[in-house]
Amino acid sequence: MPTLAVHCRDVFKTYDTGDQKVVALRGVDLDIHTGRLMMLVGPSGCGKTTLISVIAGILDQDAGVCRVFGEDLTHLRQKERLRFRAQNIGFVFQAYNLLPTLTAAENAAIPLIINGLKRPEATRRAAAMLDRVGLGDRLGSLPAQLSGGQQQRVAIARALVHDPRLIVCDEPTSALDHETGHRVMELLKAIALDARKALVIVTHDARIFEFADGIAHMDDGHIIRLESREDLVGAGEPGAAPTAPAEPFASP
Amino acid sequence: MNYIALKMLMGDRGKYLGIVMGLTFASLIMTQQPAIFVGLMMRSYSFITDVGLPDIWVMDPKVQFIDDVKPLQDMKLFRVRGIEGVEWAMPLYKGLIKARLANGNFQTCNVIGLDDATLIGGPAVMLEGRLEDLRRGDAVIVDRDGAVEKLGMPGPDGKPKPLKVGDTLELNDRRAIVVGIAKTTRTFQSQPVIYTTYTRAMLYAPRERKLLSFILVKARPGQDLTELTRRIRRGTGLAAYTQKGFQKLTYDYFMQNTGIPINFGISVTLGFIVGAAIAGQTFYNFTMENLRQFGVLKAMGASNGTLLRMILLQATLVGAIGYGLGVGLTSLFGWAMRNTILAFKFPWQLLVYSGLGVTLICVFAALISIRKVIALEPAVVFKG
Repeated sequence: MPTLAVHCRDVFKTYDTGDQKVVALRGVDLDIHTGRLMMLVGPSGCGKTTLISVIAGILDQDAGVCRVFGEDLTHLRQKERLRFRAQNIGFVFQAYNLLPTLTAAENAAIPLIINGLKRPEATRRAAAMLDRVGLGDRLGSLPAQLSGGQQQRVAIARALVHDPRLIVCDEPTSALDHETGHRVMELLKAIALDARKALVIVTHDARIFEFADGIAHMDDGHIIRLESREDLVGAGEPGAAPTAPAEPFASP
Repeated sequence: MNYIALKMLMGDRGKYLGIVMGLTFASLIMTQQPAIFVGLMMRSYSFITDVGLPDIWVMDPKVQFIDDVKPLQDMKLFRVRGIEGVEWAMPLYKGLIKARLANGNFQTCNVIGLDDATLIGGPAVMLEGRLEDLRRGDAVIVDRDGAVEKLGMPGPDGKPKPLKVGDTLELNDRRAIVVGIAKTTRTFQSQPVIYTTYTRAMLYAPRERKLLSFILVKARPGQDLTELTRRIRRGTGLAAYTQKGFQKLTYDYFMQNTGIPINFGISVTLGFIVGAAIAGQTFYNFTMENLRQFGVLKAMGASNGTLLRMILLQATLVGAIGYGLGVGLTSLFGWAMRNTILAFKFPWQLLVYSGLGVTLICVFAALISIRKVIALEPAVVFKG
């Protein structure tokens, strides 16, 4: 039974750049349920990255509510918030952000070590996860020795190794060619998504929209349109034009 | 997380070696120049240290340092011997006399006249001959450095030939025969030191009404030395210092009246600043280059405390290695220079001070870096 993983209501965020204020989010409403892959799409500067930063608890909104698995992270103390993030959220970044001096296995083991697991056990579990993403033979490789696709797979292993309930991905395929991007998305969907997990992906890459269970189109700090899988299947190519004002995405 | 911190630090060999080299260089210049300074300053009172037996040095009240000899009347010796608590008091002559070498060259030497009977004040280590040989006619003992360097002469083959036992010199037109070679600590002026008896020194010295330079005093067992110096001052009108007190008087004179402290002070301060700048900048750059990685760790749930411990561990490690290598290089430098005229002394206090200096640099660099890391918004990781 799907449960509510992310619940955002009337979320505002403004950046103060010194001489001017930039409003990044202007009253965003969004619900994401477990077992679903939600994509946030829209032009550069529309607030996608700000929204996933708020959802992931690494940025505080100025107004509104954003709950992750029922927890309002802004109400948690710093230590509790860090623990919540360390245990419940996995990250996949556009630039992979692997530590260049650590091997694939050591990189993938980081979330487990942050969660207090001893290094040998963490590395063993990281190796098992790398095996699942097809890199069982590259455990000792440094990021520089891996291709872009392989590095992203290490990043996926790192995002999943501690079994988080929410996986947040920022442009996971933008640096990859079409075929590799597809393989990465297949992998993400296959091993990152189950009935108790939710996946949020920020992307510009229309080639991967087919993997979405729902797409939130953003522009100028708003969600201007929400499409479900049913809409996508029915309408063909998603995101052709803005339609109605944003409504919370209704899970089945 | 310690393992990750170490891998971040050492994984990139080039950067890691760069930081270690920076700190090594900082430690080297923070210890090498002060070691030379300490060596130079210790030479200023090395003669007092070498004359180890007496507890108290008695002299004219106007004497400011060991080479500032203001002669006393001989009868002062007997007055000092009469002070309560004095076990024995012996005369010491110390003066600069020109020595004429066998090849006709002249060399100014430090001539030391020791009490004829006891030879108190003589060199502690004899390399050739015996101290008692001074009782032979025209006998003198020469320090090894003086014999090899300034008193050495070109041999028939043109190569320098050290002065040796059996060779002769002329001191003030009087013959002096070398009967021994002694090991002494170099003095500040690095002049050859020639030991002879007090009576014979009177013959070598230019005619003056007063020739007694110092009175060396041994206190009776159980005597309070500070109190005894007071009694000698009261009873004779002369200045009296314990050995340490006379060393300090000499040291203070050189500190206050020569350009050495300011010259070396500038050099040491510049060394510290340059060392601190290099090491601090290198470590700071290292952390800044890893800022994004720290941001990733922060986004994934690592606390500021964890990141702080990681940075401190990195700073401590490179600091310790750099310090060890720097101190090692300084010691190597000192060892390589041990037989040269260069003044070099590396006491444990200098190790402690330089260690504190390097720690200060590392902590400072780490603190600046930590400020950046703590202020770091983890959301930075979402920026491509």
